[in-house]
Amino acid sequence: MAIFVRSLSPRIMTTRRDFLKRGSATLGALAVGPSLLAANSPHAELAKAPGTVPLRVHALPPVYTDAATRELMMEALDAAKRYGASWADVRISRNRNNSVQTREQQVTDVVDTDTMGCGVRVLVEGCWGFCATQELTKPGVGAAAQEAVAIAKANRVAQDRRVTLAPAPAHPNATWRSAYTVDPFTIPIEQKADVLLRANAEALKVPSVRFVNSGLSFIKEERNYANTDGSVITQDYVRSWVTLSCTAISADRTQTAVRGPEVVQPAARGWEYVLGADIVTNAQKWGEEAAEKLTARSVDVGRYDLILHPSQLFLTIHESLAHPTELDRAMGYEANYAGTSFIAPPEKVLGQLKLGPPMMNLIGNRSEVGALATIGYDDDGVQPNDFHIVKDGMFNDYQTTREQAPWLDWWYKKNGQPSRSHGCSYAQSWADVAFQRMPNVSLQPGDKDVSWNDLIAATDKGIAMIGRSSYSIDQQRYNAQFGAQLCYEIKGGKIVGQLKDVAYQMRTPDFWNSLDMLGGQSSYEFGGTFNDGKGQPGQSNAVSHGCPPTRFRNVNVINTGRAS
Amino acid sequence: MSIPSTFPQRLMAAPVGVLTRAESEALVSRALKFSRADAARVSVNSSRETNLRFADNQISTSGATTNTTIRVQSVFGKKKASVVTNDRTDEGLRRAVEHSEAMAKLAPEDPEYLGELGAQQYNRVTTWYDSTAELTADARAKAALTALAPARAGKELTVAGYIVCSASAQAIGSSAGLFAYQRSTSANYTLTARTNDGTGSGWAGVDHNDWTQLDHEAVAQHAIDKARRSRNPVAVEPGRYTVIFEPQATADLVSSLGGALQARAADEGRSAFSRPGGTKVGEKIMDERITLVSDPADPLIPASPFDGEGLPISRQTWIENGVLKQLAYTRFWANKQNRTPTGNASSLRMLGGTDTLASMIASTTRGVLVTRLFYLRPVDARTLVYTGLTRDGTFLIENGKIARSIKNFRFNDSPLFMLNNLEGIGASVRTAGGDGGPGVAMPTIKVRDFNFTSLSDAV
Repeated sequence: MAIFVRSLSPRIMTTRRDFLKRGSATLGALAVGPSLLAANSPHAELAKAPGTVPLRVHALPPVYTDAATRELMMEALDAAKRYGASWADVRISRNRNNSVQTREQQVTDVVDTDTMGCGVRVLVEGCWGFCATQELTKPGVGAAAQEAVAIAKANRVAQDRRVTLAPAPAHPNATWRSAYTVDPFTIPIEQKADVLLRANAEALKVPSVRFVNSGLSFIKEERNYANTDGSVITQDYVRSWVTLSCTAISADRTQTAVRGPEVVQPAARGWEYVLGADIVTNAQKWGEEAAEKLTARSVDVGRYDLILHPSQLFLTIHESLAHPTELDRAMGYEANYAGTSFIAPPEKVLGQLKLGPPMMNLIGNRSEVGALATIGYDDDGVQPNDFHIVKDGMFNDYQTTREQAPWLDWWYKKNGQPSRSHGCSYAQSWADVAFQRMPNVSLQPGDKDVSWNDLIAATDKGIAMIGRSSYSIDQQRYNAQFGAQLCYEIKGGKIVGQLKDVAYQMRTPDFWNSLDMLGGQSSYEFGGTFNDGKGQPGQSNAVSHGCPPTRFRNVNVINTGRAS
Repeated sequence: MSIPSTFPQRLMAAPVGVLTRAESEALVSRALKFSRADAARVSVNSSRETNLRFADNQISTSGATTNTTIRVQSVFGKKKASVVTNDRTDEGLRRAVEHSEAMAKLAPEDPEYLGELGAQQYNRVTTWYDSTAELTADARAKAALTALAPARAGKELTVAGYIVCSASAQAIGSSAGLFAYQRSTSANYTLTARTNDGTGSGWAGVDHNDWTQLDHEAVAQHAIDKARRSRNPVAVEPGRYTVIFEPQATADLVSSLGGALQARAADEGRSAFSRPGGTKVGEKIMDERITLVSDPADPLIPASPFDGEGLPISRQTWIENGVLKQLAYTRFWANKQNRTPTGNASSLRMLGGTDTLASMIASTTRGVLVTRLFYLRPVDARTLVYTGLTRDGTFLIENGKIARSIKNFRFNDSPLFMLNNLEGIGASVRTAGGDGGPGVAMPTIKVRDFNFTSLSDAV
């Protein structure tokens, strides 16, 4: 048990030594090619804005499963079988985070996190067991496999039904990389701080803006996976988020107004995405929006037509449709924490529950380029597929893993579809067990080329809402209340000014059935988060939701201000 | 600090659990030895967490995770950066130190950096129990059976629960001579029982540092009883009600006060405790029966006697007899304002009163009894108005008795308003809603005019 094979660890994956070499090198120029930017960034033109530095290309290192990691994974699987597992999988990953946080003229925190370890999951007579260790040695991963088996065996006394997994093809030599072109971990810290501090300075030019907080967060993971079906998979992904919040304060200190911090949507892209967001140019506008909010009119309660921008609507999709269509939730697996689902039981709602008008289509996917949940293979070793959660307004399918897909055999048989996992298994790191997590769940744009401005022009009495703000929903996802960072009053097809203290309260099925206009393909955008919490112990999932700006008729708006 | 020339091999062997004081100190020393910075701080967190989940009347996932992370903060002048690694080899520590130094040199100055703390004196607090640290998988499965067995036998209930135990040690050392060490265990069990007709749901939980103090049978009984009683809820008009909050519900809303008590935000004019020209310290801001404290040595909810910088934390009284006594000062803000740093307002305890749940129900003509709250989010930072919903057992009280189960409500209200409208207060108990996070002790309270704004169909 106590043998430490010291030489193995540093050879695993890219070593920390390689990382250090790259991370601390003074890269005088950014590793971005203009052609790559044009192909991959939704804001490519912004990257040429004043203040950005010349571009230069560095090729990303190849993705492969290195021999030492493969050997350790095989040892974990062999040990699991030796101790009595009927099926097992193993993840060995390197999880890295980089964070730079600032306020006004100063940097408040610079943190780089880099952990490696191994998680082994086993099935023994249909019972799950899991164990994670940081000991990346053969005895270390073997001991983890042994403990995972011991935990599964202990649980047999309380077993009721056996877990069975949907079959999935093995992927013996698979690799995948997310859509980034510049690894943010190669960008020196002073360059990151510089972007943030210059943006802060621009926002502080607005007189009533007294405080600005901004930050950059990056995640990079090298994820190695193997299972007893014969899959060996290595994936490399990067996620980037830039946040900025402007706080305006009235002269008498009685009013506070905030714009942000989610002014730029996070993406599964690299440093090129941060440059594309061009926060230095945009910061003053965000500051002015906060300042204007100080003197905005407090909303009159009542019913309004709402035009929701993708930066606001994505979270409503996430909370009211994406969570309740997680099959584990619908089956009661999250009853003790996040709750259950109004879209249940499956046999009473699949193909029968009308969630919206015929123009409404909602697709679960892990394939949209740059979206946060996009991945080549999930943590069951499954290549995900795209699937209609809502088809022509009707509820059509749930998010599933290999454990869950067989629960819906009857439905897939009825529709002449194969019974397979949609590839929604995910663990936030090597230290955590995989379970069903949300893929990207995206509302499809309408057939016509309708824009944000077209929706406003078509609306007589309404409110246009931009940016996520306060959000709350019940444990079955019926009753929700959502605010926004910016709310604009619409009268006679025109925006007449900002409103404050606005939130809409809704009952999910009524709300989605009030959808009556969808923006077109050119108005489709992603919103997302790094921090979708689920499970006990809690894990964060990063997920995006694509959607067009969308109109909802006659929605109940409340006033959240002090007088209420 | 003495620096051993070679670190014992056994500490790097598998499986490594929670480090002792000596092991932690040796690891801190080994990292500091590599430092070439003006100042450095090394924090070591070693932990072993075990858990078991069950749902749909069967065990779902369960596991164990062991890890040790080392955080190195390097400082040159006022330039600083931190690196976190879980590589405990000499080579790994050297890389972490060198990388943090390279980043610190490139980082802009942090004018708020005050230097590292030197050696400190800490109060002794007992937060470790071997019973929790040494808990076996068999014991966890047996505990789960206390809920699974009755649920399966009766055919009318479905249970979902979570058992989580952790054993951890936190150590902090600095180049200025600081060394702090505290090891802690926590055991937490929560259970939701739902009736199979889908109309009733009940929740209960228990939390302690010592596993042997958890009464699993009592939790099962409580949650199952609530699920049965909450069946077939009826709709009652939203509006302002007299509400009795059970301790978990009190904790759910009052805990939000903790983060809002920051002195800096108040001084900057952007908090609920700001006022034109200053802060509300010294003013009566809530009912005189309300006293809110944080005390690491509180035997009901013991906590670490130091914060993340190694600063000693002593008992702090935030609100006393309804008067805002003081706000929370970081080292920087305390230094700037010529005050004493306090640590954060966490591990909150509201001192209890002499009322009981029964007496508070008996004295209520018409009101609502709330088990717990869910999905709380701030809607106005200046008033601390939050929105959220009731969950897992909401009842109408009529003429001094629990009359019937009612549908859940959404509320929009502030703990500040709520604690001004106090009608009754019971004994303070340790709550379990934090899944084994910092302890929180709250009483059952009764308040008038609480603002329920809409109905929810959720069960």
